[in-house]
Amino acid sequence: MDSDDDYFEAEDESSLVEDEGRVSDDEGFLGDTMIVPDDPLGSGSKEEDVYPFVCLSAEQIVELMLEILNEVNDIVNIPHTTLRILLAHFNWDKELLLEKYYEYDGNPEQIFKDAHVISPFKLKSTCKTKGQSSRTDAECEICCSSYSRSFMTGLNCGHIFCKGCWSQYLRTKIMDEGMSQTIPCPAYKCEIIVDDEIVMCLISEKKVRMKYQHLMSNSFVECNSLLKWCPAPDCHHVIKVEYRDRQPVKCQCGRVFCFECSESWHDPVLCLHLKKWLKKCDDDSETSNWISANTKECPKCQVTIEKDGGCNHVICRSQTCKHEFCWVCLGPWDPHGASWYNCNRYNADDAKKARDVQQRSREMLQRYLFYCNRYMNHLQSLKFESKLYALVKRKMEEMQQLNMSWIEVQFLKKAVDVLCECRQTLMYTYVFAFFLNRNNQLLIFEDNQADMEKATETLSEYLERDITTASIREIKQKVQDKYRYCDSRRNVLLNHVHEGYDKDWWDYLDL
Amino acid sequence: MAATRRLQQEMLGIQGEGVKTYRFLDGDDKNLLSWKMLLIPDFVPYNKGAFRIDIVFPAEYPFKPPKITFKTKIYHPNVDEKGQICLPIISPENWKPATKAVQVLHAVLALMAAPEPEHPLRGDLAEEYTKDKNKFLKNAEDYTKKHAEKRQ
Repeated sequence: MDSDDDYFEAEDESSLVEDEGRVSDDEGFLGDTMIVPDDPLGSGSKEEDVYPFVCLSAEQIVELMLEILNEVNDIVNIPHTTLRILLAHFNWDKELLLEKYYEYDGNPEQIFKDAHVISPFKLKSTCKTKGQSSRTDAECEICCSSYSRSFMTGLNCGHIFCKGCWSQYLRTKIMDEGMSQTIPCPAYKCEIIVDDEIVMCLISEKKVRMKYQHLMSNSFVECNSLLKWCPAPDCHHVIKVEYRDRQPVKCQCGRVFCFECSESWHDPVLCLHLKKWLKKCDDDSETSNWISANTKECPKCQVTIEKDGGCNHVICRSQTCKHEFCWVCLGPWDPHGASWYNCNRYNADDAKKARDVQQRSREMLQRYLFYCNRYMNHLQSLKFESKLYALVKRKMEEMQQLNMSWIEVQFLKKAVDVLCECRQTLMYTYVFAFFLNRNNQLLIFEDNQADMEKATETLSEYLERDITTASIREIKQKVQDKYRYCDSRRNVLLNHVHEGYDKDWWDYLDL
Repeated sequence: MAATRRLQQEMLGIQGEGVKTYRFLDGDDKNLLSWKMLLIPDFVPYNKGAFRIDIVFPAEYPFKPPKITFKTKIYHPNVDEKGQICLPIISPENWKPATKAVQVLHAVLALMAAPEPEHPLRGDLAEEYTKDKNKFLKNAEDYTKKHAEKRQ
């Protein structure tokens, strides 16, 4: 019975994977196929958890841009090249563009001016002047050489340069300055923007064309809030969603990340808190915490002092200060005089305040270290993930040689999947708790956390030590029970946190 | 080199111009890619002296901008102690290859005449310039008399 169960689960999982592959391969970017991203285990998913997204390749991004261009072009009839610059000027917000376009009552000259393009309705006059002297040679202002007019070209502003200088200019701006939608005409003080058609026409080098197109796509993706680059290094895919949310998305390359902040998927902690946490772990703010826990400030001039001797009668070394105070109570030394132990009784307000500040910063440091240690511990364990997968794979092979079928041993891989997921969640639970004030809901959360952590550690132990080929059948039952338990505890914990977000249970500390 | 023909023309153009506020230094070996020039401003507070500047053109000129350094010490919010100047038209992202060296010279003189304290290289001078302009003008003039070259 047990193995039957497994069989169906395994089948489910593989068909899900197939589904994903198909969708991202040939699905149009406006397709309405939904992918269930969050639940590779196929358990515990609810209808409301479905977050629709698609993964787009670089080519599909270009198609999407074209689609928007065509859409707007159906409404306002201006050349594609001009329209693209206008759209870029409005950060690809077509509604805003149309609104502004019609705001000027059929006279959108100001828009063209703001976007640094020549109005297509004014073009005819410039064309004429160009045509007049087409026979004679002209000097290129950049290289100071004369060429026939056919070798000279320019934008609608009328400034013309030789094609050689043009392509060198564009190359420099694209490759060295990383510019794409904001390259201006090379003429002194002319702000008219170079359109994509002239760039593609003048640049033949593949590397430069590629970079240009990538820069164009990049600025398109960056200003579109429904698109996000996959954060994995060297991955050129984009995730497109239907609405923006703090949800996990999975790129074709396998990376699972939070659509909102692009960090690894970090349920249950909020993006805002994760960001603060990562910054705290990264920078030296803890160094300053150490300083405040292990040193004291001179109560008069605030210089930082570390006591290196036993005497509590401290004289500030600062040349201009020389303040004498008591290290214990931070009050002035004078009243201590003969009977120094009386400083316990000396309770002037400022001395007490100074002690409180010291105390608080010490407690803060202790608290941070508590959460940080646990966070780091799970992070460290996660780093051994690949090692564990290799170990489990070896064991699975051994078992298959002992009369077990391939399908019968799949439970081990799944157990590692669950283990890694649980560790990842546990890791972020410590970040979550770090930012919270104590209340009853936090106590419930901590119970959930403790339970899940205990179960996860047991599962981890089973996988790393207890599996021997001899006792395999008993152990299989044990492992399966445990990973199902872990997974259900994980869902309980996450659902509790989510419910708390909805019902405003969480009381955040001001850190 | 594409730069050569253009720089030769630009150099001849400047020499033939007969402008009083800038000229090539007499001892200059006429290296095309590195010009040594003298600015002779005709406005306060710098009209009591002259300023040596170096203009260095990169091999990619005119597709990359020239670099300008003041060789004479100057009391100015937009020129730092090393003589580096903050001039938008010669920053790499704003540079236009059709911009001529003479236009850059005019821009330098314009910046000297009207400092831009909003983006200073020397905060102390920018502050003085905005808070007490008369004091700034006096200090700048004294500084010019003390450190600048002779106007001949």
